[in-house]
Amino acid sequence: MRVLYHIGRYTQLLGAILRRPARGKVFWKLLVAELEAIGLQSLGIVALLSVFMGAVICLQTAHQISGWIPDYTVGFTVRQTMILEFSPTLIPVILAGKVGSAIASQIGTMRVTEQIDALEIMGINSANHLLLPKVIAGVLIIPCLVVLSMVLGIASGTVVALATGVSSMADFEYGMRIDFKAFDVVYALSKTTVFAFILTSVPGYHGFYAQGGALEVGQAATRGVVWSVVVVMVANLVLTQLLLN
Amino acid sequence: MIEVQGLTKSFGDQAVLRSIDARFHPGEVSCVIGRSGSGKSVLTKCIVGLFEPDSGSVHFDGRNFTAMNRDERVEVRKEIGMLFQGGALFDSLTVEENVRFPLRMFSGWDEERIRARAAECLQRVELDKAGARYPSEVSGGMKKRVGIARAIALNPRYLFCDEPNSGLDPQTAIVIDTLIRELTREFKMTTVVVSHDMNSVMEASDRVHFVHGGRILWNGTRETLLAGGPRELEDFVFASALMRRVRSAHQT
Repeated sequence: MRVLYHIGRYTQLLGAILRRPARGKVFWKLLVAELEAIGLQSLGIVALLSVFMGAVICLQTAHQISGWIPDYTVGFTVRQTMILEFSPTLIPVILAGKVGSAIASQIGTMRVTEQIDALEIMGINSANHLLLPKVIAGVLIIPCLVVLSMVLGIASGTVVALATGVSSMADFEYGMRIDFKAFDVVYALSKTTVFAFILTSVPGYHGFYAQGGALEVGQAATRGVVWSVVVVMVANLVLTQLLLN
Repeated sequence: MIEVQGLTKSFGDQAVLRSIDARFHPGEVSCVIGRSGSGKSVLTKCIVGLFEPDSGSVHFDGRNFTAMNRDERVEVRKEIGMLFQGGALFDSLTVEENVRFPLRMFSGWDEERIRARAAECLQRVELDKAGARYPSEVSGGMKKRVGIARAIALNPRYLFCDEPNSGLDPQTAIVIDTLIRELTREFKMTTVVVSHDMNSVMEASDRVHFVHGGRILWNGTRETLLAGGPRELEDFVFASALMRRVRSAHQT
């Protein structure tokens, strides 16, 4: 019953968020700020993780297949892993921790310090004013981060393959090209867009309904991150079944 | 005028407001006093629509606010200014941007006019030199004054102040009280101040409403307050030695 209560309240909140902003100019200003906060400020962590993951996937694959499967499998595996799962799913999960906790704690603090009440008193739809720019910015910028992650992961896999000699450039390039389906990228970006919506709106929900003081805001941030990851995982399974079958 | 009729509000099994009736008049500062947990803040939040009352109604100059939907309420809320206990300033905006915020959202004015009005409001609360600072860089008293400047930016007809003096030293508290009283007179606002600080009540109020056990147990002017009333009111008002001395001086 408790889950149904939260689903109902989350849906109501989405109804308040997904409305036309009261002032377009104010909205654009907030959107640009959020694009920077969610996108630009996450570039470092996304790049770091992607580079190392691409390199590790390359070395692990080479270690597993060594001697009994063709060497081009290394390039193939790096490409498929980065495009199908690592970049579109794990990067949003990591961003759920970074971006999600920031959203939940910011909104939660605004709630307990009556800043949200101040907006409501002014006649402003506070959910729309505070959360719509974050949700739109997430949906726009997180797929871009995921594309960057794919490129960096594959590039680092290539460099490591050549540097360590686990595959020749010709084999690696052949593996990268073999059986490539453009739909895989569409699938990856489709699910990333859904995950971006989840990892901005779910922590926003937990922050928006936070009550109490600093302790409760911290708890709201933790709940926001945990539930974002849970919902992302469930959505991953559902979307994979729907899109790949 | 704000008219409250039969307002009730419960949280679970706990009845916080039990059929409150009150009238708040324009050009007057009405103080709602009572012990902590008596329901003063809940009453204010029910009046401005932050809490939905279980029953009863609130009329703003004849307009039944309780019966309005969200969009209709927006029009009334544009006429309401509110000063929150902690100031509730937006952390990410400077002092001046905080004051400009409601103007940007609702006035439809160009940037130059908005800037001029914000400067005027800050000057009115004597903070014209603090505009570039962030809320974290100003004192508690200054935050309250910025809150007042933001609340009056759109020339509201109704002003609500929730514990405007909590956490302030006596001198700063008097500055805030004086400001609230002057602005109420100047703009003919209907001002409701929630407070349990009797100094502030004696300083700023024209009319006093005493809330006890979720009901308005007594109401009257500041002067009649000194004449006393029900035991609960006397226990609250004359709890401090200072107020007892004020009563003695008043009686002699």
